[in-house]
Amino acid sequence: MRNSKLTSLEEAIRRSGLKNGGTISFHHHFRGGDKVVNMVVDCLAHMGFKDLHLAASSLSDVHEPLIEHIKNGVITRISTSGLRGALADAVSHGLMEQPVVFRSHGGRGSAIASGELKIDVAFLGASAADELGNACGVPRSENAKSICGSLGYALPDARYASHVIVLTDDLVPYPNLPAGIRGADVESVVVVESVGDSSKISAGAIRDSKNPRDILLAKQAAKVVINSGLFKDGFSIQTGTGGASLAVVKYIREEMVSRGIKASFALGGITAHMVKLHEEGLIGRLIDVQSFDKVAAQSIASDPSHVEVSAVEYASGQHTGSATHALDIVILSALEVDTSFNVNVLVGSDGIIRGAIGGHQDTAADSALSIIVCPLLRGRIPCVVPKVTTLITPGSSVDVVVTEYGVAVNPARPEIRERLVAAGIKVVEIDELAAKATAIIGTPDPLPFGDKVVGVVMNRDGSVLDKIYNI
Amino acid sequence: MNKAIAGTLESGDIMVTIGPGEGLQVNLQSSVEAQFGRQIREVITRTLEDLGIKDAQVDAIDKGALDCTIRARVTAAAVRATGKDVWKD
Repeated sequence: MRNSKLTSLEEAIRRSGLKNGGTISFHHHFRGGDKVVNMVVDCLAHMGFKDLHLAASSLSDVHEPLIEHIKNGVITRISTSGLRGALADAVSHGLMEQPVVFRSHGGRGSAIASGELKIDVAFLGASAADELGNACGVPRSENAKSICGSLGYALPDARYASHVIVLTDDLVPYPNLPAGIRGADVESVVVVESVGDSSKISAGAIRDSKNPRDILLAKQAAKVVINSGLFKDGFSIQTGTGGASLAVVKYIREEMVSRGIKASFALGGITAHMVKLHEEGLIGRLIDVQSFDKVAAQSIASDPSHVEVSAVEYASGQHTGSATHALDIVILSALEVDTSFNVNVLVGSDGIIRGAIGGHQDTAADSALSIIVCPLLRGRIPCVVPKVTTLITPGSSVDVVVTEYGVAVNPARPEIRERLVAAGIKVVEIDELAAKATAIIGTPDPLPFGDKVVGVVMNRDGSVLDKIYNI
Repeated sequence: MNKAIAGTLESGDIMVTIGPGEGLQVNLQSSVEAQFGRQIREVITRTLEDLGIKDAQVDAIDKGALDCTIRARVTAAAVRATGKDVWKD
């Protein structure tokens, strides 16, 4: 067609004017099945690029090959929401000279919008695109090879990057509309064999738990929600990716049905559980920044009340219209919570990076009620501790902590505490929980951190919240 | 003393192998070495001392077991290795 933007990956990169030292960006909607990051960085390495800043919405186990590109000087800086697997281990051990910059999803969105995080070239994988660059995460032809659903984390990149290259494994005739990524923002379109393995979208952080302790935690968290005072017709809710926080939805559903309560919307990463409630008429709208499984991805493809939202519209702290500002209840998991209600979801108790900030900071800060669900211990590792290994979500935005040994309420929320006590929920002091953990496992020896900063944790307002040292 | 094993490699468990040795030699691999290795070695050593065992080679692979589990696995391995049933006596 006239004005086609179709070209090869190498040619697209040449046309982008990318220079050594530049910033490239990626989304992580294919999660563990992503093929774009490794493919593009291999190509950039082959073309001789050096000293690049890789700014991904998140990175996972599948990105282990980046280790070689870091050693070879192709990638010298990383910004991301999270790191897992061998790459995370290597970074924790001091692989990079420059610390990895960690931002929440909302924090990344606002940093891109404000120009603080300036992207030279965005490489955005899409399940369907036309020759002018209109691109989406859902199938638009019988030849579709992949599906990832919402492209929410890619939308700030598409809008604000200096140059946008769409990669797709299904080129469809113009017009591929509606499309989250608008052709007007796109410079090149590249057809590739595969942008991602959709069967791996729900791998990684997301588990549908059969663990009896997770089920107990989920039931307890559901009780907290139901008796919080916010469980009313028209309420709104978001859940994180931990086994227990996902399972909560099942138990809340039962109560919604029996009391005839309907939610106005569910936000964030959307799961099959949420889709089910929506299809039953229990949730009005699904506002989806990231489809957490295939069911959710298929739903956003076909259901007009299941809508895609950009990371900025989802959770930016600098944009007052972002959806988190309308959110009533969020249920989140944690690696560690401390006695000041601070939460760590990024660095393991062994000092190794093994997680992601995700929307944790954003939703905890903006929601009317944030509930953290975590066991007291995982094996010998304590989850309620005197002080978190790394500060990710400040205690001032955490309201309730649910454990199997009782529920702790932030002293800043006495009205919530009263309601939970009145409902017969076992409310305990957070210090008691930490003491209980210590009584069972003893006092851990301090971690042998080095003095090299390997990671910097940003708060969603752009300030530095904490530093991560090598180990 | 014969060589004997108790425990598994499941998360939250510890696999303890006890065999003949001179003095108490404890060789520990632990998933929580940095924070709890010292405490786990102490629990293993104390449990054996309480059983009156002064000479043994202990190889332990720990997957984050609690002290009660460690004591139980060490005791079971010791009973199997020595043939002396400490629960009966």
